[in-house]
Amino acid sequence: MGVSKTVRGMGASTVGDDLRCLIAADVDIVQARQTGRELAAEIGFSAGDQTVIAAAISEIARNILMYAKRGEVRFTKIIDGTRQGLIVVAQDDGPGIRDVSRAMQDGYSTSGGLGLGLPGARRLMDEFEVASSPGHGTRITMSKWKRSSA
Amino acid sequence: MEVPILKQGHYLIASIQSALSDADLSQLREALIARVGKFRARGVIVDVTALDVMDSFAVRTLRDIAHMARLRGAETVIVGIQPEVAFAMVQLGLTLKGIATALDLEEGLAFLDRQGHGRLENRQGHGRIDRG
Repeated sequence: MGVSKTVRGMGASTVGDDLRCLIAADVDIVQARQTGRELAAEIGFSAGDQTVIAAAISEIARNILMYAKRGEVRFTKIIDGTRQGLIVVAQDDGPGIRDVSRAMQDGYSTSGGLGLGLPGARRLMDEFEVASSPGHGTRITMSKWKRSSA
Repeated sequence: MEVPILKQGHYLIASIQSALSDADLSQLREALIARVGKFRARGVIVDVTALDVMDSFAVRTLRDIAHMARLRGAETVIVGIQPEVAFAMVQLGLTLKGIATALDLEEGLAFLDRQGHGRLENRQGHGRIDRG
């Protein structure tokens, strides 16, 4: 199994400014997922997809808090042809992930958590990419496209 | 944000009103487990209708509540999981194995009553606990 889904959304045009949420306390996780949900609603994602996106944001924001103590989550609207979507980038300067492919396996955790955060978030999103190395922080980029109403 | 906990007969009902932080969830766990003893409760209902998301921390805390309450002699029912929340939980791989769930508060109360948790003489019942 590959480590990441390719984030083709990275090549798509972004629309408008980034929204940013600093993650430094547990209440920031709630704020980040609400910010993401609001942007998803603005883009026109269904209520179900809004919840899916919020859940994925919750997991990656919690990972920042657990492993790096602080970091930030950025949200950007994207357009690729007629498709619209949302990119979420979670970035920290924490200890990094020693073994990214293991971190992507269900049930693997070095924090005593359930070990479902990263693999779970990956299942929830369309595209998912982890860039990390020990001592150099972690950047998770994930995107979801709105299903066409046609 | 503190979650109000109501006492109704032998049951405790925790009705979550809004999105909760991790600290709020942990506080709810402590409060419920303390009150199971204080009020000699035999059933606990956690109403999550208002929860916007059930992520891994929320699910772990609910599982802890149910297991701790059971060790203290009370059965827990989680009620009000919304359809989109259920969908996201399944995708995340989150389950509530071994923990009773019900559609809403009314069904949750009916489940505890069927189990006999409202009565002293009959603590063993047959309900819809998902043994997974």
